[in-house]
Amino acid sequence: MNFLKRTVPLVIAFVMGVLMTMQYYIPSRYSQNLLEVVTRWDRIIAGFAVFIGAYSLFHLHWTRIKRRVEGWGYSVFVYFGAIITLIFGCLNGGKFFWSDKQDGTMFDWLYFYVQVPAGATIFSILAFFIASAAYRTFRARTRESTVLLVAAVLVMLGRVPIGNYISHYIPAIADWIMAVPNLAAKRGILLGVSLGAVATSLKIIIGIERSYLGGGD
Amino acid sequence: MRRDTNFFILIGTVGLFVLANIILMAFGKLPFSSDGFGIILGAGITLAIYSFLYQDNPAFKIAENLYVGVSLGYTIIITWFNFLKPDLYEPLIVPLFSSAAEKSPQYALLCPSLLGLFMLLRFSRKLSWLSRWTFAFVVGLGAGISIPRVISAFILQQIKPSLHPVFSGGETFLSSINTLIILLGVISVLIYFIFSVEHKGAIGKMSKIGIWFLMISFGASFGYTVMGRLSLLIGRIQFLLKDWLGILQ
Repeated sequence: MNFLKRTVPLVIAFVMGVLMTMQYYIPSRYSQNLLEVVTRWDRIIAGFAVFIGAYSLFHLHWTRIKRRVEGWGYSVFVYFGAIITLIFGCLNGGKFFWSDKQDGTMFDWLYFYVQVPAGATIFSILAFFIASAAYRTFRARTRESTVLLVAAVLVMLGRVPIGNYISHYIPAIADWIMAVPNLAAKRGILLGVSLGAVATSLKIIIGIERSYLGGGD
Repeated sequence: MRRDTNFFILIGTVGLFVLANIILMAFGKLPFSSDGFGIILGAGITLAIYSFLYQDNPAFKIAENLYVGVSLGYTIIITWFNFLKPDLYEPLIVPLFSSAAEKSPQYALLCPSLLGLFMLLRFSRKLSWLSRWTFAFVVGLGAGISIPRVISAFILQQIKPSLHPVFSGGETFLSSINTLIILLGVISVLIYFIFSVEHKGAIGKMSKIGIWFLMISFGASFGYTVMGRLSLLIGRIQFLLKDWLGILQ
């Protein structure tokens, strides 16, 4: 049983890892077909994974409602929003979910008038919190934090007309900061992250990194 | 006392919102159609979320939870229409159960379906170990695909412009200086991230320069993010003033 529980997953990861690494270096029609097939399989599995996420969220809010924890009434709105959207999505404008997705249905209406405004507003509200967080953290206490503050102020001023109004050098400096020192640091970070990603991938394929198997036997 | 005040503020605000919409519809500023009601709903959600700037309140929590629910429903439906239907339902299920189907079923798709079902067994105590097969498949696939592509697209493609000649003809003096600054920045940032060597002497000085580059980058990213959020804020205010109230033309 331990073979099925621990060895088989390691073999699957090893075979898939080696196969897909080799696939890149074999320029043939069969290798390209293999990539298309497995990425399609991956999409299907990702589709199933969505149901795990949905189950977790529904379960969490159901528990809140069942136990009548403080603020449980708000969890009802999660169910309300999800069920309404699922119903209209399945109805698909009267053609039902087994037909191709129809445009201009109530499902699209919910997307345009609930999801888009709510998403944009929640992200835009962060402008206020970022500003207040910046006030608290960006105080020029050290030379490094002064550099951070100056770079942030210059980039912000360089992106709005008032920056050009103060001095026409400000937009040029903002562009230079983005194109030179920012690019250099981003490139350094990206190189480090990429090397780390390659090392982790190798560890997964070889079987050193096994955290994806989870705990237990 | 405070709680009562907040309750009356909430009721008063909702009442004002309803009254404003009745007036807008009565004067023809908002169409009496699904679009009109959609704009009202969007405006209500926008105002409810912005009410959090005053303090946490039931209107914000309702809008927040409704957003979570609608997003969840949307994700499930889009997953069906974009992934499961074209990749699984149409090539496997339809030909399998419909005699009128033109194509024969693609039985190979039983494999990912089985792996997908194994993943759902995560919730079973006895059979949850089967989900490891699926995770191993996905993780192994991702690792295998990423190794050559990350090396090619990120490591090599990022090293190449960093090692660009300072003078190869045609550059200005300033662009050559910029090339040198980029090289210095990349090397110093990489040195800063080497933790297996003590940051002393030349290494220490280089890592200090790396910190400066990182600080400039973080500041620039912060400024860029703030401007992005502000443009979203402007978009929402435009929606309220133009689409909902019709003040802006």
